[in-house]
Amino acid sequence: MASTATVAAPHAHAAAPHTETGVWSWITTVDHKRIGILYFFSSIFYFLVGGIEALFIRTQLIVPENNFISADTYNQMFTQHALTMIFLALMPLTAAFFNYIVPLQIGARDVAFPRLNALSYWVYFFGGLMLLFAAVTKMAPNVGWFAYAPITERQYNPGPNVDFYVLGLQIVGLSSILAGINFIVTILNMRAPGMRLMRMPIFTWMVLITQVLIVTAMAVFTIAITQLMFDRMFGTTFFDPARGGDPLVWQHLFWMFGHPEVYILIIPIFGIISEVIPTFSRKPLFGYNVMVFASVLIGWLGWGVWSHHMFAVGLGPIADAFFALSTMLIAIPTGIKIFNWIGTMWGGSIRFTTSMLYAVAFIAMFTLGGISGVMHSVAPSDLQQTDTYFVVAHIHYVFFGGTVLGLFSGIYYWFPKIFGRLLDEKLGKIHFVGTLAGMNLAFFPMHFLGMYGQPRRTFTYPGDLGWNWMNFLSTMGAYLMALSTLVLVWNVIRSLRKGAIAGDNPWGAATLEWSIPSPPPVYNFRDIPMVHSRMPLWEADANKEPGIPHGKVAEDVNSITVGGTQVGEIEYPDSESKMSAHDLGIHLPPPSYWPVILAFGILMTFGSLIFRNLDGALHNLWFLSVAGVLLVAVSIFKWAFEPGH
Amino acid sequence: MSIVNAADHAANPAHLDTSTGLDNRKMAFWTFIGSECLLFGSLIATYLAYKGRSLTGPLPHAGRTLGGQESQGILDIPLTSLSTFVLLMSSLGMVLALAAVQRADRKGAILWLFTTAGLGLVFLGFQAYEFNHFYHAGLTLQTNLFGSTFFLLTGFHGAHVFVGVIYLSTLGMLAVKNQLGPERSMSVEIAGLYWHFVDVIWIVIFALVYLIK
Ligand code: HEM
Ligand SMILES: [Cu+2]
Repeated sequence: MASTATVAAPHAHAAAPHTETGVWSWITTVDHKRIGILYFFSSIFYFLVGGIEALFIRTQLIVPENNFISADTYNQMFTQHALTMIFLALMPLTAAFFNYIVPLQIGARDVAFPRLNALSYWVYFFGGLMLLFAAVTKMAPNVGWFAYAPITERQYNPGPNVDFYVLGLQIVGLSSILAGINFIVTILNMRAPGMRLMRMPIFTWMVLITQVLIVTAMAVFTIAITQLMFDRMFGTTFFDPARGGDPLVWQHLFWMFGHPEVYILIIPIFGIISEVIPTFSRKPLFGYNVMVFASVLIGWLGWGVWSHHMFAVGLGPIADAFFALSTMLIAIPTGIKIFNWIGTMWGGSIRFTTSMLYAVAFIAMFTLGGISGVMHSVAPSDLQQTDTYFVVAHIHYVFFGGTVLGLFSGIYYWFPKIFGRLLDEKLGKIHFVGTLAGMNLAFFPMHFLGMYGQPRRTFTYPGDLGWNWMNFLSTMGAYLMALSTLVLVWNVIRSLRKGAIAGDNPWGAATLEWSIPSPPPVYNFRDIPMVHSRMPLWEADANKEPGIPHGKVAEDVNSITVGGTQVGEIEYPDSESKMSAHDLGIHLPPPSYWPVILAFGILMTFGSLIFRNLDGALHNLWFLSVAGVLLVAVSIFKWAFEPGH
Repeated sequence: MSIVNAADHAANPAHLDTSTGLDNRKMAFWTFIGSECLLFGSLIATYLAYKGRSLTGPLPHAGRTLGGQESQGILDIPLTSLSTFVLLMSSLGMVLALAAVQRADRKGAILWLFTTAGLGLVFLGFQAYEFNHFYHAGLTLQTNLFGSTFFLLTGFHGAHVFVGVIYLSTLGMLAVKNQLGPERSMSVEIAGLYWHFVDVIWIVIFALVYLIK
């Protein structure tokens, strides 16, 4: 990766490498791209952890009356699997793309608050460690990801398991809210000149909608788990029916968060797919405006349907009818989007790269998940399906067939931008075929298992109900998916070192991130681009507006000017430029270790509350909580007065 | 050809560096307030959902308990009206503080920032008195649903006031050290956003918890 830059700028140190290396530089980084990479590898790690937990579940169910793991371990496994996948793998993996791609797509040098961004990552990192710790020490939450009261109350669940749920998710939720605020401001405020809202790349749009959902829905959840925490630790009676509390209140608060949460996981994927399909069809997205409005509508309606998760509770016919109808309404904008994607491919010159294959598979699988969703929304039939494997099938067609396939599509699409090297297409296709076959083998039979009445969240089943062979198939599918995931991991490791060099724009895509080298220099854009169209790198835009001349920002001017006079020249011989940002007169925020220390203080504060409730040697660590609070206070103070801002 | 030169861009101090023209920190604060609305909204919703459902212990307003006997309401509305008035007056102090900072009136800034923080402290004093009184009258977090929802909601609000007092005092100290000129009035404006928000939320809480039976 040797590169040269001939620079005659006044204070040039062109030979000096522009990025520092080493563990410390990663810990203190405030560069959105590095933070994105940290999110990327952390979430892949947790994806594997969540996968192993899934294999425990499926191995236990491979034959009837199995004794592979105990009922209690099983409870921990399915709960921890859900928490890991939702909060530690999929949300952070979308966050990896938000971090890396959004500033590049909008032509910004960084996010609005770089140190806050680092803080979000480290808070997530420590929250994740806490939940992982619970899992390996067999203290993991064991009550399902929705933690229905009253089984979460102290008297029914005296161990630390639910405390890990309450405090671990409190930490992870904090991280999401901080990041949400940061990205809303970044997207609204840091766009390159000329990038009006309706010229924003569709992925950025979807991120904006997602972040609005995060800062609102997570707030509700924060209160719900705070109340649960008070019930468990300070003897309040919010959800304890024995003392007048109402478990239904928990369910309402939970699903008011839980339903938007599923949109938090799928809307970014709408964005990824809407970038990938136009690129590989060589056609602008069909119905951009419609797509944006449909997504805003979905985000909005997503708030009004939470009680469709509570049909079986008996809210009464009026409430049920309202929530059934509002749920069915969501199918309309969702359907519109599916037609838009198909319309984009229609008549395009399609290239079936791995990324595109995943995008197309996403449309098919997500539609299947949507259909079972509409089936649930019919309250009477939901009464039959709820708490059976039919719901499990639905969840997984939307979570795996939707979110995960979409994320895979995004990985193949943006990997070359992030790491400067292409992922191997052959391995990618093996990964694709294995994943698609595996997921259908694993999840399709679950529809029938549900119809035949197999309940979810039971650790074993009798052998004479006709469920055996379908469970066997399902488990085989799970193993197939696991194997294919290893192919992806291998592909990533291999391509990091030996992958083909990507170049600026390997796919011939249209958005700004492809106008700069891969991987981009620390400062992203040497010159902030001026945007005239939605697809600046494609000359012909849907609106017939002029694109950026020549299609590239970095190639057409090689001079560095300070105050209007030319002071030097710059070359980009390969993807990595050794120019330092300082040489270009660009000022980037300096690294800082306060984010990681502050995040650690938060971990101490919350984490020690758990041990407060453990028996034995670790009793009474309240002083750790106090120390944590002090650490938080000190780091906020230091943070506020750190120079360079 | 339309490329904005980075160096030019940075060299122009008058340039407002955001797409909407709104300062980043201010927009972040508005977003934060949006999130806070849902936090308080959830607490208030829980309070209302559990209103009148306590099985035992002191109740907020005079009325009949489960056993059919009359109970005394525990809330002292005149007293809390007074503390509410104090908090509202502090919002006025906040406005004057911002105006003082903007016209580079250091003395005024010091006076009004500390007055506002002081009124916040007085409000907290009322709250401490009230909590202590309730405790002795037999109402705690654990007593009944009213206690749980009331203390969590008002305590959460009190914590916000407390943070605000520290926040305003820090700004006040900066003014004392002559480091709070008009060029930093944005910091005071944002603190003001926070303070007004906390006030407005209190009015909602006061109306729903104290005034409506
Ligand atoms: C956008 C992606 C979606 C995701 C990630 C998702 C996720 C989920 C999850 C996790 C559950 C299970 C809740 C539980 O554990 O009890 C669920 C249930 C449900 N979903 Fe979805 N869903 C999505 C889309 C839809 C759509 C489009 C509809 C309807 C048009 C829908 C309707 C339902 C209903 C009615 C239930 C309740 C089933 C029951 O518990 O009886 N979902 N969904
Ligand atoms: Cu839902």
